[in-house]
Amino acid sequence: MEKIASINDCVIRFANVNGSGSASANNLFAKAVFRLGVPVSPKNIFPSNIQGLPTWYEVRVSEKGYMGRRGGADMVVAINSQTLRQDYDELVPGGYFLYDSTRTLPEEYNRTDITVIGIPLTDLCNTKIENPRLRQLLKNIVYVGALASLLDMGLEVFTDSLKRQFKKKPQLAEPNIQALEIGFAYAREHHQDACGLSIQSRTCNDGKIMMDGNNALALGALYAGATVAGWYPITPSTSVIEAFDSFTKRFRLEPESGLRKAAIIQAEDELAAVGMVIGAAWNGARAFTATSGPGLSLMNEFLGLAYFAEIPVLLVDVQRVGPSTGMPTRTQQSDILTAAYASHGDTRHVLLFPAGPRECFEMMADGFDLAERLQSPVIIMSDLDLGMNDWISEPFSWDDARRYDRGKVLSAADLEGLKEWGRYLDVDGDGIGYRTYPGTHPSKGAYFTRGSSHNEYAAYTEVAPVYERGMNRLLIKWETARRLVPPPEEKISDPACRIGAIFFGTSSPAAFEALDILKAEGITVNSLRLRSFPFQPQVMEFINRHDRVFIIEQNRDGQVRKLLLAENEMPAVKLVPVLHFDGHPITAGFISQQIRQALQARNSSI
Amino acid sequence: MTFTRPKFRHPDLPPNALGYTRRDYEGALSTLCAGCGHDSISNAIIQACYELPVEPHRVVKMSGIGCSSKTPAYFLGKSHGFNSVHGRMPAIATGANMANRDLLYLGVSGDGDTASIGLGQFTHVVRRNLNMVYIVMNNGCYGLTKGQDSATADRGSTSKKGTPNPFESIDLCELALQIGAGFVARGFSGDKSQLVPLLKAAMSCRGFSLVDVISPCVTFNNTSASTKSYQYVRDHAEATGTVDLVPPRQEIVTDYQDGATQEVTLHDGSVIFLHKEEGSRSITDRRAAIDALESHRAENRILTGILYCMDDGGDTHEMIKTTLQPLNSILQEDLCPGNAALQQLMEGYR
Repeated sequence: MEKIASINDCVIRFANVNGSGSASANNLFAKAVFRLGVPVSPKNIFPSNIQGLPTWYEVRVSEKGYMGRRGGADMVVAINSQTLRQDYDELVPGGYFLYDSTRTLPEEYNRTDITVIGIPLTDLCNTKIENPRLRQLLKNIVYVGALASLLDMGLEVFTDSLKRQFKKKPQLAEPNIQALEIGFAYAREHHQDACGLSIQSRTCNDGKIMMDGNNALALGALYAGATVAGWYPITPSTSVIEAFDSFTKRFRLEPESGLRKAAIIQAEDELAAVGMVIGAAWNGARAFTATSGPGLSLMNEFLGLAYFAEIPVLLVDVQRVGPSTGMPTRTQQSDILTAAYASHGDTRHVLLFPAGPRECFEMMADGFDLAERLQSPVIIMSDLDLGMNDWISEPFSWDDARRYDRGKVLSAADLEGLKEWGRYLDVDGDGIGYRTYPGTHPSKGAYFTRGSSHNEYAAYTEVAPVYERGMNRLLIKWETARRLVPPPEEKISDPACRIGAIFFGTSSPAAFEALDILKAEGITVNSLRLRSFPFQPQVMEFINRHDRVFIIEQNRDGQVRKLLLAENEMPAVKLVPVLHFDGHPITAGFISQQIRQALQARNSSI
Repeated sequence: MTFTRPKFRHPDLPPNALGYTRRDYEGALSTLCAGCGHDSISNAIIQACYELPVEPHRVVKMSGIGCSSKTPAYFLGKSHGFNSVHGRMPAIATGANMANRDLLYLGVSGDGDTASIGLGQFTHVVRRNLNMVYIVMNNGCYGLTKGQDSATADRGSTSKKGTPNPFESIDLCELALQIGAGFVARGFSGDKSQLVPLLKAAMSCRGFSLVDVISPCVTFNNTSASTKSYQYVRDHAEATGTVDLVPPRQEIVTDYQDGATQEVTLHDGSVIFLHKEEGSRSITDRRAAIDALESHRAENRILTGILYCMDDGGDTHEMIKTTLQPLNSILQEDLCPGNAALQQLMEGYR
């Protein structure tokens, strides 16, 4: 048998029982790899359950810096007896199977192409850990200690992390460190040279941070000056608001009174959540909400109101697997069409597609500026993979000279100086009128906001040309949006190359890796990463300069491909869908194989 | 309706304490049916705002969808208004109130808008005791879609459609009492002398003030077999007592010296005087209010007037401990922690 051997290039899968305390142990492991300076991307593959069902944690280690999911596992840490057989069978040949050898493996576990590493976790805990209440929890830390030995990582980076984590309660660090040492010593004694995988210290992560997308969005909202959040709990968006809540408790409390410069209201449903955002934004506060697919469906009615009455809305959609309830704890990019055209009648909304934590932070800040400038909803399209998994990222920065763009809002002095004012008069030719907040001026600037047809002065109208004029002005505003939204990121490897790929969000890391794989095989593919909708002219220019463009996305129906075809004139065959929608993050292997196959099929058909 | 209302008003219209005349509180011409109870309520709102007085531009008018929700166009033309979507006014009002706690939020809704499509939002805005006045123009039917029964139509009541309503009705006052409203009153659009002080008291209370106003639909639900007709309500209404509201800093002069007068002092210093029938209950007793509604209902009587008033319960802002400063007026300097703090934060993610 040939054992897999590698340095800083492997995937380790932890198989645990949900609610058994494994998350913090697994997180400790991923963080240790990060702190050793080696690029790492952990992915939590968890059930829609609080306790008892199987959960997996996949840690990819890649010195080359590939942060997309790789697929397959070189080592399985099999702690869950429910899935022991499955985890055993799925391990790749040459891989390593670490299990709790307190109970020996049944006879039928007789593969000869893998290395079995037994660590008697339960026994070790029962004999060496005095406090019986801690034994179950610390079992997880014991296997982390064993990994520290097996993978040559050393204990120091782990003990440092624990000390840092329990800075305020050092008495809690002690038993954890003891458990680490127990596992480490056992593995060193019994499995000294068992494992060919190795993780060795590097400097790839200097200056970088590790954060999940939801925290990054919340931090963006704090920096953007958001003061009102209406929300309804839904996986995987909940932690956006929870993080905003804790950031505002840290940075927005008035020292004397303890009162907060933020209002966060858990609404009765998503309809009310977005309604609160609309009410607050209409009244001059920066307001936002976060939801996922089912919530977005419920918010459709209100998004149409915000579009037509022209009220800023900042909405975060952390996408999960649909349709309907789908798989709440799995990832997908499948709300694109419903977000782009949310609500009845002719509507369209600005979308932003962040691809990492830093972009989450920046797009949140930019999103508020855009929403207020455009007086219209802006929807940030994140997903579960980005939102709930930790990602290595460049650190964030904030330009202290930056001023919030609050858009066209008239003050009392502005109103005094105006001869004529109509809420929906397009005086600047960009399709955007001037708005007023209630209470601004004793006798000027009041108007009646409505979702019914209105004229330039906000009065109800059923006069056909007046209605049409308003709808056409919204198209002028849409063109203004096209100029303001963040541009796509183009990578032209070869100007003569006629093959292109378009992708966005969390498909990006795997797509870039796939293009590297293909390039090594002699297949060059140019790329364009979308960052927003409406699509800018660069997107069509990119499509026009290529014969075939692969559209890579994580949904069944090719939603961004459809959106490109709906918004532009071109032969549909030119856009080749590459679709991954099983709920697990897309992999470079899948993408490269799809593109390779498509290109081969074409070559053989010529 | 095609006629226009003349803009001329008598030059000697008396100004109120803030210097505004009644005209400053008027709105556009109503397009509701002639004789609609809603127009009387609009007039009562104008009168209450003028008398209280409030500054028109410090009032925000909110509504959902339906005949009632059209009315904010017909009063307070110098106030911002927001005619939202069906049944969703409470969410809009909540957000607006969160953004600026210093304005007076006047919500107008109907029985369809509140008791059916908007029942969820209604109950939750009450639970949070949002500081707003919520006026239900309650006619027991859907006017704009031509007279279907609503959820407040009494069982057995018969509208112009001719079929008795087979379903139980929702009593919005009783519901609001159960779930924490700070002020609950029931009025009748045909009794302006009672309605104006009710509205003034509601506007002076902090927290959620429900004023459920029975407002007959002359076109679809004013039949002899309807319990929301002018005639039926006149025959069956019974008031908890007469109401005066004395604003703060105004000398309190009352003719009623007997034990049947109850005073309730509000947070802003206003005082509600309720002059009651002998032996009637206290208006700060929630359970007694629910009992009174139930017992009158059992006797086919409609209890009107102030049912409950308790304005020290704390509104939404107090519950969630938001700053006293209106959130929409806080400057960037006070909201954005700046780059130095951000770099410190980054350390925690390394």
